[in-house]
Amino acid sequence: MTAPRQAAEEAVYRFPHRHLLGIEGLSPEHISFLLDLADSYVEQNRKPDKKTDLLRGRTVINLFFETSTRTSSSFELAGKRLGGDVMNMSVSQSAIKKGETLIDTAMTLNAMHPDVLVVRHPDAGAVKLLSEKVNCSVINAGDGMHEHPTQALLDALTIRRRRGRIEGLTVAICGDILHSRVARSNIHLLTTMGAAVRVVAPPTLMPCAVERFGIEVTHDMEDGLRDCDIVMMLRLQNERMQGMFVPSTREYFRFFGLTREKLAVAKPDALVMHPGPMNRGVEIDSELADDIDRSVIREQVEMGVAVRMACLDALTREQTGNAD
Amino acid sequence: MKTAYLNARLLDPASGLDTAGGLLVEDGRIAKLGAKVFKGGAPKGVEAIDCEGLCLAPGLIDMRVNLCEPGAEHKETIATAGAAAAAGGITTMVALPNTTPVIDDVSIVEFIARRARGHGRVKVLCYGAITQGTEGSQLTEMGLLAEAGAVAFTDGTEVVADAMVMRRALSYASGFGLLIVQHPEEPSLAACGVMNEGEIASRLGLMGIPAQAETMVVERDIRLVEITGGRYHAAHLSTAGAIDAIRRAKKQGLPVTCDTAPHYFALNESAVGDYRTFAKVSPPLRSEADREAVVEGLVDGTVDIVASDHAPHDQDSKRLPFNHAAAGVIGLETLLPLTLEPYHNGKLTLLEALAKLTSAPATLLGLESGRLEAGAPADLVLFDPDLPWRIEEKSFLSKSKNSPFDGRPVQGRAVRTAVDGVPIHDGVPVRDGVPADRPEG
Repeated sequence: MTAPRQAAEEAVYRFPHRHLLGIEGLSPEHISFLLDLADSYVEQNRKPDKKTDLLRGRTVINLFFETSTRTSSSFELAGKRLGGDVMNMSVSQSAIKKGETLIDTAMTLNAMHPDVLVVRHPDAGAVKLLSEKVNCSVINAGDGMHEHPTQALLDALTIRRRRGRIEGLTVAICGDILHSRVARSNIHLLTTMGAAVRVVAPPTLMPCAVERFGIEVTHDMEDGLRDCDIVMMLRLQNERMQGMFVPSTREYFRFFGLTREKLAVAKPDALVMHPGPMNRGVEIDSELADDIDRSVIREQVEMGVAVRMACLDALTREQTGNAD
Repeated sequence: MKTAYLNARLLDPASGLDTAGGLLVEDGRIAKLGAKVFKGGAPKGVEAIDCEGLCLAPGLIDMRVNLCEPGAEHKETIATAGAAAAAGGITTMVALPNTTPVIDDVSIVEFIARRARGHGRVKVLCYGAITQGTEGSQLTEMGLLAEAGAVAFTDGTEVVADAMVMRRALSYASGFGLLIVQHPEEPSLAACGVMNEGEIASRLGLMGIPAQAETMVVERDIRLVEITGGRYHAAHLSTAGAIDAIRRAKKQGLPVTCDTAPHYFALNESAVGDYRTFAKVSPPLRSEADREAVVEGLVDGTVDIVASDHAPHDQDSKRLPFNHAAAGVIGLETLLPLTLEPYHNGKLTLLEALAKLTSAPATLLGLESGRLEAGAPADLVLFDPDLPWRIEEKSFLSKSKNSPFDGRPVQGRAVRTAVDGVPIHDGVPVRDGVPADRPEG
């Protein structure tokens, strides 16, 4: 009895948060703790018997106010592999137009005593608002243009396993930075862990004052990619765009799409990443995306399950540790 | 009916009067005032009020108030706004036309006047809309609306975006000598924005509204004033650029004025913090540099007036993701102490601060109140400029409680408010006994 208890207490000490709402504000120790934990789940997921009973009796609800296949299935699998009961709920676009639905849905679900709510919402800050109204832990699975913490963690895990470290690497994040929660979470995580970050995008897709995040800003792919270790491509988020940000996808691909020629200025072993889903031929050359020597896009998906298991584990251990 | 105010510190921004003395109210009007009045005590048969050295000033005139009546009575009514105003030392409110229906027709102006009479407290005046339905295209019957009592014209919380419509409005209004008040914000730049554009918006993942969205409309309108000669007032300025544009236009001798709201000099964009919807206002709270520029505008007189821009919203309108929450804060009960902050900070004299709440709006709107002089209506506020207290949501009389100032320690509070000589607020005991909401220590 003492050993797991000690482990739990240690975990509480190392990850003292009730929710995972964003990367901003997490310390390097907290991030490393989650990545270490995720690392152990990578091994477990590669075994024939992938299941544990760590979350036995626990209920995880995936509450998606925005459509998603990969993130929601990744969370679902993570919860199930830990032996938890997972329920998926997707709330239609039309219903969320009435904002009360958010609080009302939160209250309703809260009454069912879930242990973890995994929430995606099209509005920045909505997941935090919801977390204030419930008694369980909340994981942000993406809120508007704000944060997508588990994506940044899985990217970091992918990088760390390939390169052995994050500190000291140069990472270029390219594409639609403005609308991207993935970019924001990655910028926070990578700068917190000591990597140098560059963002590359046309000025219309760059957030205002983004240089204040402690990163380098450029509008030229060659400048951005030169000698970098990692290239992260982002999806052009047409669904979040109000009006015209780039004249055409053809022009966008010509100047900001990742091709072998553009990649040539990066380090010879530079890795190519993409959070998916990809717009082939818009932000990334299709053949390059499939090149297993350069692209770790599928590996990112694998890491996603492990990272989400680690997050569910860390937050539910914390609940045990703080039971009152 | 006579009332004597004794031992007061008389403050009249219009004349620069600041003296210990007395004031006599007779039949709802100021009969006489001065250092020598009631020096030997009050005469017999007169209601006497010992002011114990507190400040006696013209009642405040708040030229930007959303009354919510008609149309949104669940947020505020003329009665509840009146009670809040009285507690805040306000004796005249000017209602914005953004009601349902919009104040774009003589009958609505008459309705407001009738409702206000029914509640008989604070004076309620109103604007007429510039365009029908505040839709920005067809001019309203400004002449008839003015005859019915509309004191000036504005589309309130909507901008008159079309340059030709604005030109015609300024031009047409100038024939009657009427004032046009603009909500200056370029709508195409502000369309998806919910807070000030900058680092904080970028971090929160919220779409920003650049400061230039305000500046460019003010600059454009000033050019239209050059063409038309119309009287123009820019409302609730929040940016250094717009204030500078007004400063230059005034130097040029153009008939332009402007106001700001307390939140633009008492707060900056950091008040949004972690998606605090009570800090969502239109225009948005700006950068610290802009806030300093607003203070500077108050100090050098570029900003003529402070108005609360009172915008009540119920919980359901604010307890939403930031993108969807309603914009606006209540301000009637906090207008006086917040406008006294620049005085306490040594930026403004007490008379300068008061002028922006009394004589300046009175002059702009052509009201006979807003000054202490024999013959003027006895719209008065007796206040303690130094009294420390803490703004508390639970003590608001306004029907809605959306104030970003909840918990803020402030100084200065109305003790007694009178309209036409009739007391409508007789508040917190001051010298004898500590008010309940006074901060500890």
